[in-house]
Parts: sequence; structure tokens; C-alpha cells
Amino acid sequence: MTEQTQTPHASPAAEGSAPAGETLLEVTALVRHFPVTRGIVFRQKLGAVRAVDGIDLSVSKGQTLGLVGESGCGKTTTGRLLTRLDEPTSGRIVIDGHDVTHLRPGKMRPLRREIQMIFQDPYSSLNPRHTVGAIVGAPFRLQKLKPPGGIKRSVQELLELVGLNPEHYNRYPHEFSGGQRQRIGIARTLALRPKLIVADEPVSALDVSIQAQVVNLLEDLQDELGLTYVVIAHDLSVVRHISDQVAVMYLGKIVEVADRSSLYTRPRHPYTVALLSAVPVPEPVTSASGQRERRHRIRLEGDVPSPLLPPPACRFHTRCWKAQQICRTQEPPLAELAPGHRVACHFPENTGPPAESKTAT
Amino acid sequence: MPDALVEVQDLQIHFPTQDGLVKAVDGVSFSLDRGRTLGIVGESGSGKSVTSLGIMGLHQGSKAQISGHIRLDGEELVGAPPARVRELRGTKMAMIFQDPLSSLHPYYKVGDQIVEAYRIHNDVSKKVARKHAIDLLGRVGIPQPGVRVDDYPHQFSGGMRQRTMIAMALSCDPELLIADEPTTALDVTVQAQILDLISDLQSEFGSAVIMITHDLGVVAELSDDILVMYAGRAAEYGSAADIFGRPGHPYTWGLLSSMPRLDRERTTRLVPIPGTPPSLIRVPPGCPFHPRCRYAQLNGGRSQTEVPPLLEVTSGHLVACHLSAAQRTRQWALLSADKVAEGAGQPVLQGPVSPDPVPPGQVRQGGVET
Repeated sequence: MTEQTQTPHASPAAEGSAPAGETLLEVTALVRHFPVTRGIVFRQKLGAVRAVDGIDLSVSKGQTLGLVGESGCGKTTTGRLLTRLDEPTSGRIVIDGHDVTHLRPGKMRPLRREIQMIFQDPYSSLNPRHTVGAIVGAPFRLQKLKPPGGIKRSVQELLELVGLNPEHYNRYPHEFSGGQRQRIGIARTLALRPKLIVADEPVSALDVSIQAQVVNLLEDLQDELGLTYVVIAHDLSVVRHISDQVAVMYLGKIVEVADRSSLYTRPRHPYTVALLSAVPVPEPVTSASGQRERRHRIRLEGDVPSPLLPPPACRFHTRCWKAQQICRTQEPPLAELAPGHRVACHFPENTGPPAESKTAT
Repeated sequence: MPDALVEVQDLQIHFPTQDGLVKAVDGVSFSLDRGRTLGIVGESGSGKSVTSLGIMGLHQGSKAQISGHIRLDGEELVGAPPARVRELRGTKMAMIFQDPLSSLHPYYKVGDQIVEAYRIHNDVSKKVARKHAIDLLGRVGIPQPGVRVDDYPHQFSGGMRQRTMIAMALSCDPELLIADEPTTALDVTVQAQILDLISDLQSEFGSAVIMITHDLGVVAELSDDILVMYAGRAAEYGSAADIFGRPGHPYTWGLLSSMPRLDRERTTRLVPIPGTPPSLIRVPPGCPFHPRCRYAQLNGGRSQTEVPPLLEVTSGHLVACHLSAAQRTRQWALLSADKVAEGAGQPVLQGPVSPDPVPPGQVRQGGVET
């Protein structure tokens, strides 16, 4: 496939060339509150939407972290904070040894080459009035980079890399299907050879058959270019397929983090257990008489509470079937219950010996 | 089947456009009994939504050219006078749409919207209708229905809005309920609630349900029978056990093997269906799936020229494919054993996957369906 065509820009710090296995992204106590105000002249602060309320994450080089949760749990806000498209309220984001938490836009710009984003909707994330060439070449122009062989050649190589026809350089986004547009978006993301890619629901807008194409493409690119991914998704099966580590978020907090197999075979937080049992399985359950039957699943009552007024202590206690008094008064810490498996719960599930595992793998 | 509630026969729904005739539905047949659920699966632009809108008579006023038969309880709906279809819509058949936020009117209270739907078909006072609305909201699981009946849609969460839509659809006890991607816009835990609700209500009311979705998991949870659609035609039709246990069409295989599954060991690699769905103006000749089919070569080019008829392979299980029974069994066994079949395998990175975008000026069928 294509070789690295772009001049490797001077790495801003020596830590940049660390060996694999080293942490690329480190997030500590990250908080993003959106103030809710009233009035124009006399602004009153009514409260804050606690979109992200103190999360810790770390991702090693070449690894994929999956971030799952329901809508409103703060996973997208987290993604926007990581790429510094949004300003964190407090906390610390360190990418490749650089503290980027509160960098000004001018200082941030050179670092943007290292961190790129793949967006969810391939229809609204591409400018309909720009050609594919202009879209994929935009990062070079914005960063004032002159790749060897010119921008056009680099763009065509990028298009080929993501499985598009390089001759389509002059076409417009409307001439492509959803899956092809998502490939265009991925080509643009790759233009500057970033180290970290934050993909926010990269396949959820695509048809099932196309999803698999894009998932495979992301995996191939990771192997080929040594990329590190943070994949934000609500689809637990896609996350399992693509991630090395998985973090489950609920109302702005991480409730469980573990490596893939540990999380999916022995989920410990009741929320994760409920989430996994809610996923419809493409395998009909039939009784002996051939009648259709309902799969056993944990039914969570109600909806996710408002992040404006999250429940005190453990945020999941309002919907949890195991909740006790302590869950309403004392917040459970994110404790390491098994090596690499951290859970924030007073009464975790699946704590017995591994044979007891209830959830299908 | 004489006592089938819904009978669709050779339904064709075509839309004339500037670029040519869009054959959105091209000869689809199925039947559905009371108390049963039919799942219609397919990708964007496969014609599944157009079919359901056709049954509901919602293509009237558009340029759609409809032919074939749709019989609801013996009554022919194709060509029926609009007033009659309107009468049936709501009382005998009702529909739940994908996006509950855009199907509820933001200016009216949810209760009033249910009352309106109910009073169109029933000559009752507002007071009685309101009581009925509260009753329905309670039945679909809205807490404190007496209070929430006076809320506006924006005060409801996504799941509650979808429950409201279900309450509205059920207000006149329809015998046929069509749910068009009812849970696509919802979170997985809420989706589970809604699926359970639909299934509970179905056993309570004994209605027939047509479930339209692209999610094979959702179909497996709810459906008795499944119709797999591709490019406006039926690719495969059979019981849920047939479709998931002994799928016969390479397109169904593709759908099943391209999705990551939580109930199986994680595979190292997904097997995508190469290419993209065809344009419905220029449907490929022969089998519409042949340009994307890994097995199209196995039958000496018949797929390119001859449209495969929908034939019964086992009782009640119909497949439209040229592969012989032996080939089918062998290839599916290979595929389900997680091996790439002979002559198959097209890694995504091997050059352009689909170098054929829609020609300029042509509207692509379907869009984002989430």
C-alpha cells in the first residue's frame, strides 16, 4: 500500500517516539459541565448539565478503547474534549506527553495533526459544495503542509488507501453512497497521519453490510499505520469486535473499565450486565413445541435520569435491581476488582470463580 | 390461505422520476395471520418501508404507480377509494413510525393527539376520549398517565414518545400493526422495553404485526416469519427458524456474517458484503444481487441473465437464488464454519471496492436510516 508520503513534521517533543505499549492518551478527572442559565441582562446560573463528571482513561499506543453508553451518558462530549473541540471544565488531558487541557487554539493547532476525529454522519460531515479532492486535501492546506508530490497525489493515495477510486478526485459527496462517504471522511482523517483517532459512532449511520466494510477498514488501517483509536459507540457488538479495552459510561461517569474479553464474559457492574442482556441476538429462541419465546433479559425500568440533576451517590441506583441504602448515600469508587478490571459498584456481579459466568460470550 | 388477515400478491410500487422509473417494490408477495408477526428485513432502499406505506395506503397523492393486490381481511386495497382506505387506516390498520419526535406534533399535548386520532374514528365526547387516552398511556407503561397526558412531546423522553405513538396506534384496536423501525432511534435498554411492550400488546390484542427493520437481532426477537428484501424484491421468505437456522440466499448469509455478534465467539474478521446496494432505476439484470454475490460465478453466468424465481426449498421456505440445494448447503456450511468460501473473499483494502458511484444528477435511493 502507499508509503508515508508526507514530510514527518518535527515531533514537538522527544516523548513522541516512544515504543508501543506506552500510554498515548492519559485523562485524569476530566469534567465538562454545561452551565444552564436564565435571563439575558441579569444572568442567573440555574445549574449545570454534568455531561462528563470526572472520568479517568488511558489508552496505550496501537490499542483501541471502546467507549459505550446510552445517549446522554457523555460519551460524545468526552470525544469532543479529547480532540479539544470543546473546553474541559477541569481535569487533565495528556496526549503523547503533552498536556493539552487548556492549550489556546494557536498552540493547539500543530498538535491537531496528532489527533483527528471520524464523525458519525457521513452526510453532514462533508461539505456538499467541495469536491472530494478539496475535502481530503483540506488538512494539508489548513496546516500549510506541502507533501512530496503535491497535495493532489497525496489525496489520491489516501483515497486508494481507504478503498476508493483515486479518479473520483473531482466528484462531489452527493455522488457517493453512505459507506463511500464515510471512507472519504476516514481519508481526510488520515491525511496528516495522526497518532490518535477519535471515532464517534463511525458506523452507526451505515447499513449492516456496509458497517462490516468500514469496521474491517478501520482495523486494517490500524495494523498498517499503527493507529490508536478511541471508538465511541452505542452498539455493544461493534465495540466488542473492534476494541481492546472497553469503558462503560453512565451519566457522565465511567462505571466499568476492562479489557474486552473480561468485560464481555464477566461483566461486573449491574448496568453493564443489563446493557449486554438487552442486546437483541439474531438467533430466535423457540420452545420444544416450536413456539417463539422471549429471551430472558434484565429489564431496566424507566429512562436515564437527567444529567442536570443526577441521582446522588451511585447514579445507577434509581434503575438498579440490587440497590441498597448504601448506594443512595455513598458513591462507589472505581475499584480494581480483578487485574485490569475496574468497577464502580457496591454489589458487583460475577464476582465468583469464572465458571459461574452467566453471560454468553 | 383463506383466513389470512393480510395478503399481498405481486405488489409493485414504481415511482416515475426525471431519471427513470424507480422500481421501489417489484413483485412482493406475503401473507400474515392474526396474532403473527412478520419481520421485513433489508438495507436502505430495499423497498421495505415503501411496501408498508403501500399497505397503509399512504402513497395516495404521490406519483406512485401501484399494481398487484393488497387484501386486508379480504378487502382489496389497491385501487380502493381513498375515503375507504382512510376509514380503515386507524381502525383496522395502524402504523408506528421510526422517529417519534417528528411524528408527534410539537404544539399539541400528547393526550390531545391521541384523543384526536380516537375521535376521528369513534363518535365519542372529548371527555370519554380523554379517559381512553389516559387508559392507553397507562397501558403502554407511561408512569402517572393522568398527569402526563397533559404534557407536550418535548417533555417526554425518546422511549416515552415511542410509547405514546404505540398508544395512538392502538387507540382504535387495529387488527394490523405496522412498525417501521420502531426502535432504531432508541437506546438498547429502551429498545428492549419497547420490543417487550409490542410483544405483550400483541398477545393481549391478538393483532398481526409487520415489523420492518434492518436489525436482524430485533427481527429474531419478535418475528414468526421473515421476509428478506433486496432491491425491491423478495430474496428469501420463511419462518424465523428457517432464516436464521437454514438461510438459503447468499444475501441473507451476507447479512448474518457481516454483523458482529455478542452471542458467538468474537471472530477475527467480519465478512462484509462487497459493494453497495444497486440503484433502483438501473437494477442489475438477472439476479439483482449478482454484482455483490460471491457465488454468482458458480452457475455459469445464469445469475447475470436470468431473474431467479422465488421457489420453495422446504415447506414454507422460499428462496430466490440460482444455486442448487447441494451448493447452498455446502456454501452455507463453509461460511458458518467461519471459512471463506471458494472464489470468495474480497479484502476491503484491495483497491476500490465500488468504483461506481451514482451518476451525477441522480437521486440515490434511501439515506441514513438510523
